[in-house]
Amino acid sequence: MRSRRRTPTIYALVLVVVIFFIGLPTVVTSFQSAEWTQVLIFAIVIMGLNILVGYSGQISLGHGALMALGAYTTAILVHRYHLDYLATIPIAGLLTGIVGFFLGIPALRLSALYLALATFALAVVTPSLIKRPAEFTGGVQGIELLPPQPPNFASGLFTQVTGAPSMSSDQWLYYLTLALALVLFWLAWNLVRHRPGRALRAIRDGEVAAAAFGVNIAGYKTLAFAVSAFYAGIAGSLYGLTIGFVSPDTFPVSLSFEVLVGAVIGGLASIPGPLLGGIVTFWLPIISNQFVAGQDWIPSQVASVFIKAGPAVSYGALLIVLMIFAPRGLVGLAVTLYGAVQARIRGAGERSTGQMPPDAQTV
Amino acid sequence: MQEFLQQVLSGIATGGIYASLALALVLIYNAMGLVNFAQGEMAMFATFIALALIDHGLNFWIAFVLTLAIAFAGGVVIQRIVIRPVERAPVLALVIVTLGLATLVNGMAGFLFGYVPRSFPSPFPNQTVNILGAVASYQDLGVIAVSAVVLVLIYLLLQRTSLGLALRAASHHPEASRLLGIRVSWMLALGWGLASAVGAASGVMAAPILLLQPNMMQTVIIYAFAAAVLGGIESPLGAVIGGFIVGVLINLAGAYLPFVGGDLELAVGFVIIIVVLVLRPNGLLGRASVRRV
Repeated sequence: MRSRRRTPTIYALVLVVVIFFIGLPTVVTSFQSAEWTQVLIFAIVIMGLNILVGYSGQISLGHGALMALGAYTTAILVHRYHLDYLATIPIAGLLTGIVGFFLGIPALRLSALYLALATFALAVVTPSLIKRPAEFTGGVQGIELLPPQPPNFASGLFTQVTGAPSMSSDQWLYYLTLALALVLFWLAWNLVRHRPGRALRAIRDGEVAAAAFGVNIAGYKTLAFAVSAFYAGIAGSLYGLTIGFVSPDTFPVSLSFEVLVGAVIGGLASIPGPLLGGIVTFWLPIISNQFVAGQDWIPSQVASVFIKAGPAVSYGALLIVLMIFAPRGLVGLAVTLYGAVQARIRGAGERSTGQMPPDAQTV
Repeated sequence: MQEFLQQVLSGIATGGIYASLALALVLIYNAMGLVNFAQGEMAMFATFIALALIDHGLNFWIAFVLTLAIAFAGGVVIQRIVIRPVERAPVLALVIVTLGLATLVNGMAGFLFGYVPRSFPSPFPNQTVNILGAVASYQDLGVIAVSAVVLVLIYLLLQRTSLGLALRAASHHPEASRLLGIRVSWMLALGWGLASAVGAASGVMAAPILLLQPNMMQTVIIYAFAAAVLGGIESPLGAVIGGFIVGVLINLAGAYLPFVGGDLELAVGFVIIIVVLVLRPNGLLGRASVRRV
């Protein structure tokens, strides 16, 4: 009963968000569109990580490395084999997904802690690994990617609607990313609502019990890894196209870490969480830096050091505070607040019906 | 042969650094079943404190002991403020908190001390001595000696004092220990303090070789992970042995495997972690884990 009443508001909310993202490039500059493209890319990889960490309960600190694989797949295919960049995006996703599947096999034998350790090591090693072989991956310099030109139908539509003289490649990439993000979020939503999602959550909450109910533990755990890696590969491919080059420095350890932070801040095991996580992951360091740089009373020397150290400090502090006070992230906070407000509005009569709080995924 | 011996010897020296940090990891793992991803960063921060003390004109060894004391206090404070509120949370939450701690400490170090690599004074003379035909530097021998002293002290503390007994009891059987009047929560804090101090020793030993900067320990922590996993993550002795093995293996791989060279040594550490986890997850000295369902 409860969920039926809530459904219309949720659909309205989704509609508002989608319209916001579709309309965004028509009101902001081309450069700002490129920034929001990165937000959406983070949202995609965090969605993948969320399936793995939030729903299946396995930890990965190595998703930056998987993004690197996706980005390098696209870069090498476009640069060396002159493939169309559009065709390389699904190839990057599938290749990374297959690698993720094989990563998932040893992960079956590892406890969550060991898995964290192994994937952390993978993230640390990746930047030095992709320097070789240099003639293939471009070594330290990496590979440059030309900005893709928007196809005629898209630029025609865009100029008609906005009245702008032309569509930039940044704006085209934004819409491409948005379309993929919508599809991938819709897929994830379907995945977690149906049989696989139930199986994953059963495994997360009690492996032995899940096995007793006939859930194929190994199958679903590796499936979660593969799907999660697929998302990371697509996101990595788009990331390379958006920033225009790939190099070992594009994928530092901190990237893997930022992605996990985003997943946690947004809220694990929820569908809107990754979008919020993507927004926070991209904008938090930029906003904190702009804030510090804009304060006149802070000496410029201190400010310049803070701009290097600031993101780390604010991430770290925020993460610890969140884990202590709101382990379910922003979405968890919102659900708690919404529930409290609802209870207040409905009055005391219905306040304590003994109902379980809504599962995060139905939000 | 001579060169080989030399490589082994300097491998043992760096192995001492890894062994200390791995021991720190094991101490915390034993205390609360958690891998502390911030261990390296905490050690790095302590090393900056040591440098500040030395720059103020203190003798190296006085500064060293003071640093260990400060690191101990810092570890206890971190456990009380940051770790204790999430003590009973699932593993994921704990891992994320230590990762947050790692970034926070790294950023703080960058903020307070800057990102320019600094040279760190070595207490040992810059000379070499002949052992069995191999040329060993006093630096290497000194690092081996200091790590040996630290490791023996920790061993004595854990195995030969009543405090060590209480520490071990609290980590193995928290409930029973509480009934016997051991203050388990404070024992955990003590474990963090000890681990922090041991880690600081490894940081101070690593700094003259690696140059001191906020990301100094990022490679060392991978080798320490490899050492702890190789030795069996719950065995202090295993961590020490693992540390020396990892140090020697990495030095030899860098010297004799042409495709490894200088820049893929980190990958050797990664390979060790993966191979051990896949083939023998309990490590050399760890006990097979038994799960009750």
